Amino acid sequence: MAASAPRVRRPPLLLLVPGVAAVGLLTVPLIALLARVSWSTLGSDLTSSVALDALRLSLVCSLAATGLSVVLGLPLAWLLARTEFRGKSVVRAITVLPLVLPPVVAGVALLLAFGRDGLLGRPLFDWFGIQFTFSTAGVVLAETFVAMPFLIVTVEAALQTTDIRFEEVAASLGAGRWATFRLVTAPMIWSSLIAGAALTWARALGEFGATITFAGDIEGRTQTLPLAVYLSLEGSERVAVALSLLLLVISFAVLVALRGRWLGALRR
Amino acid sequence: MTLSAEVEVRLDGFHEEVALDVSDGEVVAVLGPNGAGKTTLLRALAGVRPLTGGRIVLDGLVLDDPVQGVLVPPDQRSCGLVFQEHLLFPHLDAQANVAFGPRRHGASKSEAAAVSRDWLERLDVADVAHQRPRRLSGGQSQRVALARALATGPRLLLLDEPMAALDVTQRSTVRRLLRDHVAESGTSCVLVTHDPLDATALSDTIVLVDAGRVIQRGTPAEVARRPASPWVARLLGVNLLQGRVRGPRFDLGAGLTLPGGGSPDGERWAVLAARSVTVTCDGADDGLTGGPVDGPVVGWSTRVVGVQPTGDRVLLGLEYPPGLTADVPPERPDGGRWTEGMPVWASIDPSDLDLYAPPTV
Repeated sequence: MAASAPRVRRPPLLLLVPGVAAVGLLTVPLIALLARVSWSTLGSDLTSSVALDALRLSLVCSLAATGLSVVLGLPLAWLLARTEFRGKSVVRAITVLPLVLPPVVAGVALLLAFGRDGLLGRPLFDWFGIQFTFSTAGVVLAETFVAMPFLIVTVEAALQTTDIRFEEVAASLGAGRWATFRLVTAPMIWSSLIAGAALTWARALGEFGATITFAGDIEGRTQTLPLAVYLSLEGSERVAVALSLLLLVISFAVLVALRGRWLGALRR
Repeated sequence: MTLSAEVEVRLDGFHEEVALDVSDGEVVAVLGPNGAGKTTLLRALAGVRPLTGGRIVLDGLVLDDPVQGVLVPPDQRSCGLVFQEHLLFPHLDAQANVAFGPRRHGASKSEAAAVSRDWLERLDVADVAHQRPRRLSGGQSQRVALARALATGPRLLLLDEPMAALDVTQRSTVRRLLRDHVAESGTSCVLVTHDPLDATALSDTIVLVDAGRVIQRGTPAEVARRPASPWVARLLGVNLLQGRVRGPRFDLGAGLTLPGGGSPDGERWAVLAARSVTVTCDGADDGLTGGPVDGPVVGWSTRVVGVQPTGDRVLLGLEYPPGLTADVPPERPDGGRWTEGMPVWASIDPSDLDLYAPPTV
């Protein structure tokens, strides 16, 4: 078998050239970004009040959106995977719609629902004085709307692939449905829940379109990192690049963590 | 503890109707091929697959009756479940797996741990109490799974192919454990399997099912002696001679007749173990034993149509009567090898045959 080394065959040019072009398309912008970073002023750019406000707000809102996605999305994923009900396919379609919906459309829809004159927004404001537009709560809402599908899809897939007989055994041992979920199902899908939450968090952190449309752009209240990047691009490009680098590093870290630890645990 | 179940389940074109009675401490084996509805039956008994007809009564308590609208949920049935794949909770160590049931039944943490340790010791796996399931061998996992099922003192133990994933030595050990502990606990037990050996080794009663119907039920000895269909005989690995008794003769057709043994006229069947068929090389020219044999032994000329080695023996398929198999040493009497198509002389001792009337369906 080792007599002759396998001759490397050149892939067809019609596949090779576009493939290399694709790599270039994805790589060149990143290189350009890195090339433009002003390393000497990076520290001060990232610690300017605008940057720090945006960073703090981004962390708070994206973590809140992730928490909200887990609290609401995990039960929905369980219902989709473990129960039968009428209109389930419709519910599932609605759940994944934000994945393909243009974020600005999501922002408009949120405005019409939760804005001051919105379907739910008006009674909420009139009766309780709750206002989502131009508020941090609005940012959380927008980010949750856009990012929660990642959690639902990941967790539902994990539930679908978990042998249902584990739950049947738990029931035979005297565990009711809630105890079975708490003691058996949830621990068994733990790694997928973490992976889904990480994806959700990364998506929420980068949210721009829905946020600016629905919550507006108020420094310290609704101006998250992506918004700060976009708006500082007109004034100080250097700051925009610095903040972009920060987001790039965070995205990359999530990717590495998912591949290395959580997705690896999933494949086991 | 007695179970009386008439299980009727219809789903997606599959229709199952199986009646099952299990008395105190009895082990009933449900034997049948894959897809016969064995697992559906078990799931119905466990309460995870509601009946569409019939009813399940355990110790006088109705567990499932669609007509009355009664359905006791699985967590209130006290049915222990053991599967082929063990299905130990992967995030809990062996001891916590076994303690799971007692905890759900209201035992304190320390009580449950004590019960768990006790069961692990009884099943000889106390040394792996703090191992996660993926560190356990197949045999250890199955013992822990059995301990987990028994630790709640179930009224009914449901075993789904519990031995299928084990190797031969583990199999016999787990078989013995099952027999001992099921007998000791007095738990009624339903064992679902496609392995006749498991069924005969473990059960008091065998229920044969195919395509959602009961084909035969009886003690392992009864079923093996008088299978109710050629299918049952094949499943148990014995030959079924099907013929007709006319006067003193048992006529198998195409010229082969055996002594009728005093059986009354009519259609008769008889079981013939593959080892009871003697095969010698046919051929007067090579001077080997051949030709008609005198005395009580009956012989006939036929050909080998299949050769299947089974470890230290060989199973020969014979052309005539169709489907007859003979279990022979791997080496021919003349020192050669068995080959397909070779003419042979088959003989049996018909005085061993127990002729019976086939069941009227």
